[in-house]
Amino acid sequence: MAAVMRIVNRSALHSAMGQKYVAYSSAAKVSAAGVRAGQALPEKVKIVEVGPRDGLQNEKTMVPTETKIHLINMLSATGLGVIEATSFVSPKWVPQMADQVEVMEGICRKPGVSYPVLTPNLKGFQAAVKAGASEVAIFGAASELFSKKNINCSVDESLQRFDEVMKAAKEAGVPVRGYVSCVLGCPYEGKVAPEKVAHVAKRLYSMGCYEISLGDTIGVGTPGSMSEMLEAVSREVPVNALAVHCHDTYGQALANILVALQMGISVVDSSVAGLGGCPYAQGASGNVATEDVVYMLHGLGIQTGVDLSKLMDAGAFICRTLNRKTSSKVAQATCKL
Amino acid sequence: MADHTDVLRGIQRAPHVRYPVLTPNMQGFQDAVAAGATEVAVFGSASETFSKKNINCSIDESMLRFEEVINTAKERQIPVRGYVSCALGCPHEGHMEPSKVSEVAKRLYEMGCYEISLGDTIGVGTPGSMFKMLQSVMKEVPAHALAVHCHDTYGQALPNILTALQMGVCVVDSAVAGLGGCPYAQGSSGNVSTEDILYMLHGMGIETGVNLAKVIEAGDFICNALRRKTNSKVAQARGRTL
Repeated sequence: MAAVMRIVNRSALHSAMGQKYVAYSSAAKVSAAGVRAGQALPEKVKIVEVGPRDGLQNEKTMVPTETKIHLINMLSATGLGVIEATSFVSPKWVPQMADQVEVMEGICRKPGVSYPVLTPNLKGFQAAVKAGASEVAIFGAASELFSKKNINCSVDESLQRFDEVMKAAKEAGVPVRGYVSCVLGCPYEGKVAPEKVAHVAKRLYSMGCYEISLGDTIGVGTPGSMSEMLEAVSREVPVNALAVHCHDTYGQALANILVALQMGISVVDSSVAGLGGCPYAQGASGNVATEDVVYMLHGLGIQTGVDLSKLMDAGAFICRTLNRKTSSKVAQATCKL
Repeated sequence: MADHTDVLRGIQRAPHVRYPVLTPNMQGFQDAVAAGATEVAVFGSASETFSKKNINCSIDESMLRFEEVINTAKERQIPVRGYVSCALGCPHEGHMEPSKVSEVAKRLYEMGCYEISLGDTIGVGTPGSMFKMLQSVMKEVPAHALAVHCHDTYGQALPNILTALQMGVCVVDSAVAGLGGCPYAQGSSGNVSTEDILYMLHGMGIETGVNLAKVIEAGDFICNALRRKTNSKVAQARGRTL
């Protein structure tokens, strides 16, 4: 598949304070791109709600255990099929997730809903299973520097650590999801080669991960880089085993998700109320808001099974508790249609 | 906008840059020309109720007013741009039929507007409704004469713009720092931020000729002056670009 757009611009440009006009034209690219716009999109999209883990982990305020449990229970009532509940990373590194066992044991599990947890190593995996986890997730980085700075080892070393987790998970019949971070850019290395992302995704998939979530960790991606990266990865991992985890730090998340859908992806990670800022860009936003993703998907006629108004209730609850404004534009808008 | 004459007379016009102004009727048009305007814009609505509530007349009546303006502008060789509001939804009528939008767009185009800017006035559109609306409008107005004016009230502006680009639209309206809230949704955002659009377009290899850093500076300036935070995510995250 071709990249979404290429450089072609001939028209004069006009700009004025308050408004700007962009001129772009390319006859050949237009007709190809027109096909893309009308392309069949997935009928259904699975949303993986990462607010309670990825979201709360990156919020400045520490959240009491009861609040986390209540949030997860509210999310369970929205129709979401997957809610990432907590992380079994050592509390030394992620104090926000220190109550991992209490949360796992405290939530009301809705039948048919999965509550995966992060497990960085065998010890974490064992603790997770003991606390009742029936699905786990592991994570590799597409960037060597990020891997070293984030978890103190190379990408290869991290994948070797996960071998143990994979073995134990297989024996216990526990499905494992793989995350790849920095797929569209790294805060240290800058650009990340699509082939590198494909390599790590392939390894995780071959190790036995049933799904690979491709994360634009610092939100720098655009439809251009998303398209290139997915082309490379889908040569190595079947598209129905891929998910996108877009951050909205530069406001690009929904456009990137749309392109991913156009390329056959049907699993999208997001965070209620857009919980979780970006640790690499002070004051900037992080995760894309589930409400905004659901609004777009429903507007496209795509089924998600999610009740948007119940989702907004959950978002309102956690924002009140955290004493913060929602990052979801849909939640902010009061216009009734 | 009471100081329109002072503004138009006070700015330093850069060569090759155009400074269109809105002119709702003949009076406004004449004042604009007297103040030095060399391009004007008129605005119709796809929704009858919105037209009546916003400018106190029906769509048909507004078209008559604009015809006067457009004909006079033609004589003076002043280009006219046409806006169609509520292209993807109306705060009063709700869902907007694509055929209503194409009807108004066609009328404005045939009257002599060189370009029609289709506005998602309350930002409720999604790539789904954008696609259907543009399919309909493009039967009446050629793609090269169309622009999209997306509001980001529901966070949908960028995917909507992407859809429009994929369908051959190549003119995009946006506002520096996302200035301008939504009068129909208290506390919500309105216009999409120029900085965020530029970031997307440049990331896709599309040239705009616009210097993003300078737009961010302009955004900083106006936000400081207004004592408000920018609505642009790119401006908020700046300093971390690759």
